[in-house]
Amino acid sequence: MAKTKAAKGRYWRAHLRCVGVLLVIWFVTSFGCGILLRDWLDENFPSVGSAPFGFWMAQQGSIISFVLILLGYKFWMERIEADLEHDEEETK
Amino acid sequence: MTQDTWNFIFIGLSFALYIGIAVRQRAGSTSEYYTAGGGVSPFANGMATAADWMSAATFISMAGLIASKGFDGAQFLMGWTGGFVLLTVLMVPFLRKFGKATVPDFIGERYYSKGARGVAVVCAIFICLTYIMGQMNGVGVVFSQLFGVSLAQGVVIGSAVVFFYAGMGGMKGITYTQVAQYTVMAFAYTIPAVFIAIAMTNNVVPQLGLIGEYTAGEEAVPFLEKLNRINTDLGFEEYTSGKLEKIDLFCITAALMCGTAGLPHVIVRFFTVKDVKSVRKSACWTLTFIAVIYLTAPTIGAFSRVNLIESLNNSSYEKAPEWFKDFEKTGQMAWVDKNDDGVIQFHGPGHSKNGTDSVFVVTSTVKKPIYPEDSAPEEQRVGKYGERILANKTDLSNPNELWFGNDIMVMANPHMAGLPKWVIALLMAGCIAAALSTAAGLLLVLSTSISHDLMKKIVKPDMTDQEEVKYARAASFVALTVAAYFGINPPSTFIAKTVAFAFGLAASSFFPTLLMGIFSRKMNKQGAIAGMVAGIGFTLSYIIFFQFLGGTKAQYLFGISPEGIGFLGMIINFLVAFTVAKFTPAPPKEVTDLIDNVRYPGGKETAAQDH
Repeated sequence: MAKTKAAKGRYWRAHLRCVGVLLVIWFVTSFGCGILLRDWLDENFPSVGSAPFGFWMAQQGSIISFVLILLGYKFWMERIEADLEHDEEETK
Repeated sequence: MTQDTWNFIFIGLSFALYIGIAVRQRAGSTSEYYTAGGGVSPFANGMATAADWMSAATFISMAGLIASKGFDGAQFLMGWTGGFVLLTVLMVPFLRKFGKATVPDFIGERYYSKGARGVAVVCAIFICLTYIMGQMNGVGVVFSQLFGVSLAQGVVIGSAVVFFYAGMGGMKGITYTQVAQYTVMAFAYTIPAVFIAIAMTNNVVPQLGLIGEYTAGEEAVPFLEKLNRINTDLGFEEYTSGKLEKIDLFCITAALMCGTAGLPHVIVRFFTVKDVKSVRKSACWTLTFIAVIYLTAPTIGAFSRVNLIESLNNSSYEKAPEWFKDFEKTGQMAWVDKNDDGVIQFHGPGHSKNGTDSVFVVTSTVKKPIYPEDSAPEEQRVGKYGERILANKTDLSNPNELWFGNDIMVMANPHMAGLPKWVIALLMAGCIAAALSTAAGLLLVLSTSISHDLMKKIVKPDMTDQEEVKYARAASFVALTVAAYFGINPPSTFIAKTVAFAFGLAASSFFPTLLMGIFSRKMNKQGAIAGMVAGIGFTLSYIIFFQFLGGTKAQYLFGISPEGIGFLGMIINFLVAFTVAKFTPAPPKEVTDLIDNVRYPGGKETAAQDH
C-alpha cells in the first residue's frame, strides 16, 4: 500500500513536470514571441518569407506550436502512465 | 443558374444531411441526450468539438476583424487556439475522470455544497447566453444575406431553425451532425482562400501566399509590403503594426485563452469519449481541425483587405460592382457621397484632422447605418446616383465615404474576387453550419444547466427523466428568445466582440474555480463561492459599465478594454478564493479523496453516469 502511494506520488510529480514544461513553451511561443518580444523579434530575427518574424509568430507560428504541444503532451503522458502501471505491477 | 438557386441547392443539401443524421441518431435516454452515452471515437469527437468551437463569430467575423485590425487580430488567433492547450493539459483529463455530465455538477460535488452548484449554474447561464447572442447575430447576418431581408428578420428566421434543430437530437445527434458540419465548414472556408491565393499570389497554399509575393499587379512585390502600402496610402495604420497597447493585447489574449478553458460547452464535449486516454487523443484532433481554419483566417483577412480597397476605392458608384449594391440593400455596406462627385472614396483616420474615419455621426445608441422608412418619398431614400440614402447624420469632419460591417468581409470576399457562384453558395452553407452547430451545442448546455443542475439537483430531486428533458426543451426555448432579442440589439456591433465578453465571463468564473478544484486540496466551498461571485461580478459590471452605461476609454482600468477585463477578473477570483479559504475550515476527507481519485488514471470513475 505504501509503495503504491509512493508510485502515485511519483506519477503526480512527473505529471506536473510535464504540464509545467509544456506551459512554459506555450507561454513563450504565444505571449512571448507574439506580444511581449514581438518588436525585438521583428528587428532581429530572419523574416519568414516576406513576413516579419514576430508578426508571423503571432498570426501563424503560435498556432502551429500549439498543435505540436498537444501532440507532445499526448505522447509524454502515455509514457508517464506506462511508468505508473509498471510501478504498480511491481508492487503487486 | 442564379446565385440564389445555387445558395438554396447547397444549403438545402447540407440541411438534408444534418437532419438525416439527427433523425437516425435520436437520443434514447437522458445520458445519450447529455453526453451521447460516452462512446464517441476520438477522431469523430475531435471533429465535432472543432465544429462546436468554430462559431459564427469565428467563421464570419474573425477574418473581417483581422482585415481591419491587422496585427492586432492576433488576439483572436492566439486566444482561441492557445486556450485549447490550457483546456487539455489543465482541465479535461481530470474532469473526464470525474465522469459527471456537466460543469456545475463537478463544482457542486467538489465544493460539497448546493450553494456552489447554484452559483455555477448562474455563471453557466450568463456565459452561454452572451455567447449565443453573438451566434444569433451571426445567423441573422447569413439569413439576411440569403433572403435579402433586414438583419432583424434574419435573426428571427435563424432562431426558428436553431430551435427546431437543437431540440431534436440531444448530444448524440448533435455530435454526428457536427462531424458533417465541420466538413462543410472546412471546405467552405479554405476553398475561397485557395482560389484567391492563386489569383493574387500565384500560390496554391494561402498561408504561403501571405508570406509570398503579390503577383496580380504590374510587378511582383512582397504581399505584406503591398498591403502595408495601400493601407498607409489611404491613411490607415500599417497592416503589420499593431495599434493596441501591449498590456491590453496581453490581457485580451489571456482572457480569451482562459475563457476557452472555462467554457462549459467545450468542456462537456470531452465527456462524450470513452476514457482519459481518448480525451488527449481527441484534443489533438480537435486542435488540428481548428488550426486548419485558424491558419487560413489571417490569409482571408489580408486578401480581402486588398480586394476591398482595390475594387471599391476611387471607383464611381454607377460602375461599382453588383455585390456592393447587394450589401447596400441589406444595410451592411453604405456609401455617403460627401464631396458630391459620384466616386467612392475610402480614407483612414490618418486623413482627417481629428483622427476619425466615421462616415456618419456615431453615438452610444446609433452605431450602424439607419435608413428612412419605406413609406418615405423616393427622393429621400434613393440618391442622385442610385445609392441608398442614410438617415444618419453625416460626419463631415473627415473625407471617408465608405462604411461596411466587418462581419460581412468573409461573405463578401468571394464576390470581390469574382469567384464562381457555387463557391459562394458553399460559403453560405458553411456559415450556417458554423452558427447552427455552436448555437445548438450552447443551447444544450444552457438547457442542461437549468433542467439538470437547477431543477433536478436543487429544486425538485424526485423528477423523472422525461420531465427533465421537458424542462430542458422549455429552457432552450426561453434562452433562444432572449438570445434572439439581443441578436437583433447586440451589446456590440461586432459579433466577435460580443463573443469575447462571454470568454471574459468564463475566464473570471469557471476557469479559476475548476483549476483550484483540481490542483488545490485546500480550496473549500466558501473560497470557491466567494471567488466566483467576485470574479464574474467584477467582470460583468466592468463590461456593462463600458458597453451600456457610456464609460469612456479614458476611464479604463490600467488601459484594459472590456474584452480583456476577464483576465483581471480571474486574478481577483484567485485572490479572493485563497484569502477566504485561509480563514474558513478545510474541506472534508471525502473531498480530498475525490481530488486524489481525479488525479490518477485507471480505477473507476468517481461518479457513475447515473442519470
